[in-house]
Amino acid sequence: MSELMTDRAIDRSKMQVSDKVAIEITNMNKWYGSFHVLRDINLTVNQGERIVIAGPSGSGKSTLIRCLNALEEHQQGKIVVDGTELSNDLKNIDKIRSEVGMVFQHFNLFPHLTILENCTLAPIWVRKTPKKEAEERAMHFLEKVKIPEQAHKYPGMLSGGQQQRVAIARSLCMMPRIMLFDEPTSALDPEMIKEVLDTMIELAEEGMTMLCVTHEMGFARQVANRVIFMDAGQIVEQNEPEEFFNNPKSDRTKLFLSQILGH
Amino acid sequence: MSGTHAHTVAYVRDTMLPEQAPPASEVGPIGWMRHNLFSTWVNTGMTLLAVAAIYYVLAGVLPWIFQSVWNADSLTECREIMMETWGSTHGHACWGVIKERWLQLLFGFYPPHLYWRPILALVLLLAALSPVLFSDRVSSKMLILTAAYPFLMPFLMWGGTIWGPLSAALGFVIGYLIIKHGSEKLGELGAMIAGVVAAVIWWFVLAGPVTDALSSALPIGIEAVQSRQFGGFMLAIMLGVVAIGVSLPIGVVLALGRQSDLIIVKYICVGFIEFVRGVPLITLLFVASLLLNIFLPPGTNFDIILRVMIMMTLFSAAYMAEVIRGGLAALPRGQYEGADSLGLNYWQAQRLIIMPQALKISIPGIVSTFIGIFKDTTLVSIIGLFDVIGLASAIRADTAWNGIYWELFAFIAALFFVVCFSMSRYSMYLERRLKTDHR
Repeated sequence: MSELMTDRAIDRSKMQVSDKVAIEITNMNKWYGSFHVLRDINLTVNQGERIVIAGPSGSGKSTLIRCLNALEEHQQGKIVVDGTELSNDLKNIDKIRSEVGMVFQHFNLFPHLTILENCTLAPIWVRKTPKKEAEERAMHFLEKVKIPEQAHKYPGMLSGGQQQRVAIARSLCMMPRIMLFDEPTSALDPEMIKEVLDTMIELAEEGMTMLCVTHEMGFARQVANRVIFMDAGQIVEQNEPEEFFNNPKSDRTKLFLSQILGH
Repeated sequence: MSGTHAHTVAYVRDTMLPEQAPPASEVGPIGWMRHNLFSTWVNTGMTLLAVAAIYYVLAGVLPWIFQSVWNADSLTECREIMMETWGSTHGHACWGVIKERWLQLLFGFYPPHLYWRPILALVLLLAALSPVLFSDRVSSKMLILTAAYPFLMPFLMWGGTIWGPLSAALGFVIGYLIIKHGSEKLGELGAMIAGVVAAVIWWFVLAGPVTDALSSALPIGIEAVQSRQFGGFMLAIMLGVVAIGVSLPIGVVLALGRQSDLIIVKYICVGFIEFVRGVPLITLLFVASLLLNIFLPPGTNFDIILRVMIMMTLFSAAYMAEVIRGGLAALPRGQYEGADSLGLNYWQAQRLIIMPQALKISIPGIVSTFIGIFKDTTLVSIIGLFDVIGLASAIRADTAWNGIYWELFAFIAALFFVVCFSMSRYSMYLERRLKTDHR
């Protein structure tokens, strides 16, 4: 695992945590059939927070953030995202989904649409943005992720790192207040991980509220203001990155850190 | 060992090698033949065997087609000419039957002075299909013709008053307006149901009297043609086009219904698909021709061709649904999640993300189903409609042509082959055009 992943100084001027609550999870439980995947999760995320969720595979970290935009249904407890409670009401779900951006491990770009169409589709159909305005905004974000020249190509013609940056731009085009990252670099070659992480760092520098499930501990150390360690469907430990890495409290965290940082 | 190797292991290339042309024996026609026809002794043997087989078949078929008799009024006359010219009746075609009866094979018993109507309908069909089939080259304004064609075609083919097709079209307009403007008051689902109900009430209750009143007040129309006069290849095309055009949207709805979380919708769709697929088409056609009259109230005039069209459409829709379900199953879960995470609702996700990809994957299967149902239209000869096969039997029953087989069926086969092969080529073109990966 790369310890230091960026070679430039991170601008922390806008990375401020507000006292307004962005996400509040209380006593949330989830089962897959009879398997208890998430157990009594309590978590409050303030606006502007950059949270990294780490843990062994199968610990429920992806499931947790997928619950936040109702890609997975929770059975007990309460999730409030940006003031709207997640319930079975489809209107609430669609509202939350349009406010919360999500980046997937396998990008999930739409292969039959060009990069530009991928980015303008949801703004045009969900937000009813005029086509021209949506295209201008898409180009703005494609420039931000440094691939405006690919706008008229199809996803299949891009490298993995480029596709993931398109996926980030596609989410940003919906002007989300919160971004969820579900192992965004796990399917990428080592050379491409850096370009995606750089994009994520830029987002953090602009004050975006971010929840990232990732194994990139360098990113966690440099960018996150809080690291959450999960195991067996529970939050085992959370702390500021400095404390978390240098002075882990629980034995489970110590074992995990020694395994992923040990080589 | 490593010590002795040390000076050879370290290696730095200081000049890069230039690109060279491949040897002459590897490229061009000679290279191609070496690779594909004569690469091994077995391959060479197979090549020679295949050439011999092709020669044998063509040596039999080509003289039959080209050393043939065109000017004869009966099979007996044909044979006389053959004896005079080649000294044998064997191995020569008698195309006189096609020359005499080709219009009947194409149009059935449609009144000859009205042949312009099916021909115009065919030309309009091609024009109406062009914006759908070649959306990248033909202006989308042509879609107006595509929308009007379902009403134009019956008017041209059956003739009669113009008010019939117009009032049928009005039902769609009524439904559309209610769905479009009623969604604020009734909600989307409510408006959808209200629109469909209003359209159905219009068609089955009001449209009949209104049409009668209008046609007696303003008798605008063209000469009417009865359904029993329809026939020939024209009938195959009519049945095929309707079954193909209507079964695709119904198939999409059935495939989505089968995957639905709504349990009743799901089982209605599963039940329909499994029932229709489990029954031979010919039984459905017999139901259309014989049984339906028993169930309908006496005096109802439910056109036989319309009944057959409905049965063929439903039959092909059930197969279509399964083909499209295959396409849906091939889509990765991530596509649904990608669409969901952006806030697209179910219908938007289906229309913009899922269906375009699922249909693209299913193109070969969809076109196979199309070709299958088009060829199955010949089954209507069994329930007494005079399609090409029915006409071929009728022609052979004529004393002048009694005993002629090959020429008629070769002609029919050629007609079907042209249409089916075009569909097949189009599907390959479409697959290439829609290919967006690995470019």
